[in-house]
Amino acid sequence: MTYYAYLVAVFVLLTGVFGIVRSRNLIHTVVCLSVAQSGTYVLLLAIGYQRGVSPPVFGSPPVKPTTSVTDPLVQALTLTDIVVSATVTALLLAIAVQVHKRHGTVDPNELVALEG
Amino acid sequence: MSRTARLMMFVVAGGAVGVMLVLGVLDLPHFGSSFHPYRDAAVPAAVAHATSNVISSVNFDLRGLDTLGEETILLTSVLGVAALLRPAEDEEERKPRRAGSLLDMTRLFGYVFLPLTLAIGFITVAHGALTPGGGFQGGVVLGTGIHLLYVAGSYHAIEKVRPVEALEYGESLGAGAFACFGIAGALVSASFLGNILPWGTFGELFSSGSVLFLSCAVGVEVASGVIVLLAQFLHQAIEVESHVEAGKA
Repeated sequence: MTYYAYLVAVFVLLTGVFGIVRSRNLIHTVVCLSVAQSGTYVLLLAIGYQRGVSPPVFGSPPVKPTTSVTDPLVQALTLTDIVVSATVTALLLAIAVQVHKRHGTVDPNELVALEG
Repeated sequence: MSRTARLMMFVVAGGAVGVMLVLGVLDLPHFGSSFHPYRDAAVPAAVAHATSNVISSVNFDLRGLDTLGEETILLTSVLGVAALLRPAEDEEERKPRRAGSLLDMTRLFGYVFLPLTLAIGFITVAHGALTPGGGFQGGVVLGTGIHLLYVAGSYHAIEKVRPVEALEYGESLGAGAFACFGIAGALVSASFLGNILPWGTFGELFSSGSVLFLSCAVGVEVASGVIVLLAQFLHQAIEVESHVEAGKA
């Protein structure tokens, strides 16, 4: 099962998108988007993982540096990913608040008319 | 589009994406294998720059420019939320109602954990180059930790200790400091965000050159950003009232 973790990432991504498609509430839509994005965290961390090694932090006082650690590059990318996800979530929630104010509903199915 | 049609479209498109992703994943190096070329390059580079947290080294040193972009995304989204959540014409601000009673236990935990959380936040930011953590993580701990005062105390209490206007400047200051470090690096070492400080000794607090200071700049920006962001949402929920709701009440 050497691909197991990657398949989990694919599953989480598709579950999130499924939730967005089935959504009846914009807040729920935003949460589902976060779930879909979590799939990318799992994928990145799974790519960087190596069995039986320590994390790429040598600490203070430092242990002897070695290259047999998990991949720091994808972990840094995951951090970037989480920050971007959090900011996008905040922005989308603010938009949901505005939509509720303007249209009195947060059900995407009832938002049919475009407004200029 | 009806819900059934949309669901059918998802089944077709999602299925296709799923098949392609699985096919792609099967060609990746095996999970947990020892094939990590980027690691083999990044770890010696971080050690050469006396940074014992390699992830911070990647974020603030090796890929510093990306982090500047990431910071700008944060800044922009806080601006966007502030613009979207400002009171509309048909709304007015109301005095927040005094909240009901609070369990003594909640209050106690809040006041015990408030200083503890803030201390952990500062430590996480300051030791970003050494131990797990850094500006982003510590900034979030600081920004959310201060809201224990709202949970355990009241909205009035958090309003008093949270100078939103000053924090808006704090956020820009953090982003500006990061960019200034970048320009200083360009002038001194001929590369944008190049190191301008002595590298120091591997594993000590003042090591890793600019990483410590860039981490602190990001910490200031993220902490201010989170507080400003939550302030907008709290203000919206607690103080803003539309005329329609006011009429009903």
